[in-house]
Amino acid sequence: MAWFKKAKRQRPVGRERPRSQVPEGLWVKCEGCREIIYSKELLKNLRICPKCGYHFRISARERIELLLDDGRQKELFAGVQSTDPLAFKDSKPYKDRLKSYRKQAGEKSAVIVVEGEMEEIPIVLAVMVYGFMGGSMGSAVGEKITRAIEEAIHTERPLVVVSASGGARMQEGVLSLMQMAKISAALARLRDRRVPFLSVLTDPTTGGVTASFAMLGDLNIAEPGALIGFAGPRVIQQTIGENLPEGFQRSEFLLQHGFLDLVVKRTELKETLARCLRHLLKMPAKVAES
Amino acid sequence: MCALEAPFEEPIEELRRRIDELEGFPPGSGRRKELKKLRSDLEKTTKEVYGRLTRWEKTLVARHSDRPYTLEYVGCLMTDWVEIHGDRAHADDAAIVAGMATFRGRSVAVIGHQKGRGTKERIERNFGQPRPEGYRKALRVMRMAEKFGLPVLTFVDTPGAYPGVGAEERGQAEAIARNLIEMASLRVPIIVTITGEGGSGGALALGVGDRVLMLEYAIYSVISPEGCAAILWKDQQKKPEAAEAMRLTAPDLLELGVVDEIVPEPLGGAHADPNEACRAVGEALARNLEELEGKSPDELLEHRYERFRVLGAFDEKG
Repeated sequence: MAWFKKAKRQRPVGRERPRSQVPEGLWVKCEGCREIIYSKELLKNLRICPKCGYHFRISARERIELLLDDGRQKELFAGVQSTDPLAFKDSKPYKDRLKSYRKQAGEKSAVIVVEGEMEEIPIVLAVMVYGFMGGSMGSAVGEKITRAIEEAIHTERPLVVVSASGGARMQEGVLSLMQMAKISAALARLRDRRVPFLSVLTDPTTGGVTASFAMLGDLNIAEPGALIGFAGPRVIQQTIGENLPEGFQRSEFLLQHGFLDLVVKRTELKETLARCLRHLLKMPAKVAES
Repeated sequence: MCALEAPFEEPIEELRRRIDELEGFPPGSGRRKELKKLRSDLEKTTKEVYGRLTRWEKTLVARHSDRPYTLEYVGCLMTDWVEIHGDRAHADDAAIVAGMATFRGRSVAVIGHQKGRGTKERIERNFGQPRPEGYRKALRVMRMAEKFGLPVLTFVDTPGAYPGVGAEERGQAEAIARNLIEMASLRVPIIVTITGEGGSGGALALGVGDRVLMLEYAIYSVISPEGCAAILWKDQQKKPEAAEAMRLTAPDLLELGVVDEIVPEPLGGAHADPNEACRAVGEALARNLEELEGKSPDELLEHRYERFRVLGAFDEKG
């Protein structure tokens, strides 16, 4: 029996890394095709598997780099952060969780708002941080996105929101739910002012985020293979008691059912968003210089 | 004997049983005196039990199958009811009822969740868990109300939007999101009443309005206590702890500014005296409606925006 009890070798305690982000090792196994990829090649390819096209998750900061032109970026509302209005405690106090996520993710909240230019079009961009408590939406996220919308109204800059979220944050209870109403009400005003809103859905976008702003874009655009839905697949599986069909709740499935306008590869995302914005803003397309 | 839906009601049930039994006896031999004593005990015990309900126990009251549902409120408070059906795209969802009625001399549009009583009806109504077509029916009726200037009264009582394959295929998330943005901009008064279970997005999709009223023992939360316990405690049995932590009762929500007014329930909860519960709701609705009817659509929208705009708690540093 002794060998059953043999103490497992302690794993080195380190920073917990969000799933699907590229580890620092030389080689990475693709979650799509299970092939081994050289990680430098993956990075060069915007974290898309060069073999099967699987889109690895990327960080919010990388996303901003990817979508905005260099220079002239200004982060907005960076000081807005969560408090603990309910004094919530499960196995760990919410306050402590917030602290450790701030450290781990290196961000103050689960969304970053920036003003910048996308192919020279001035925009307001909000990008959710999946690495911060699963991108969950509490009061701080709700406030920042609402302010981003109000900023878009005020400056008449188009709004682009990149979602990556498990949904509303349980630790702020019904206040998290109310953020869905608050943001949607602000979007109604943006709509009245005819300022374009492009919603970009990335892996994963579920729950209260999908059931509010993520589905309310003038255009809803997703990256390939992203999980997008209202209820999580596990909950649905428990409800119906059988396995879910292949590809259920993935971008292509939503496109097929009419809830997305486009599924766009990461490499073409910026260009596509800019082209859509130019149409909506009735800006003349760039003429190729001869 | 089957288990009580709300186990803490056991002493109340016991007294009720004894009163029923005694009422069956012929008069005389001190029966009247004994009955009087039992009735006064019943009142005292009910007050005691209901005076110290935990948040989880209130959740059980909110879910009680004898609580009035939307159609009971309609039947009790309104006349000339016309139920209307279908979303004009896919189907009619019986988990949400919608229609027009006369409420104290004016026509109103009514939309609410309907849980159903008895196994057959509950299944037909999917236990009050709507599918996208239910929310789209609700929206269609709201738009019609706006077109003809009818105030909208919604009644919220659902475990949540249905998490099924078909519901996802037909865009559950989009349907809920659409209602949120449209309710925020609907140019007629909207009064929301949380009558039982306010189950997350499925509740909020009928929950944006100028006034949000909540019954004394109703609950309203971002996720069910069971769901929260399963995720955060990794144990569904921790639902009482989850209910405590989420602060989902009417007094909690009044304090957080999420609801505007608590509608008091009769002694022993709405299920003990549904008529009295309906009457109290009717009073609150009439009073709030009168206040809102004096406002222009622009004023309504401005106030509705502000009402939701201020919700939430955060810090701002640097």
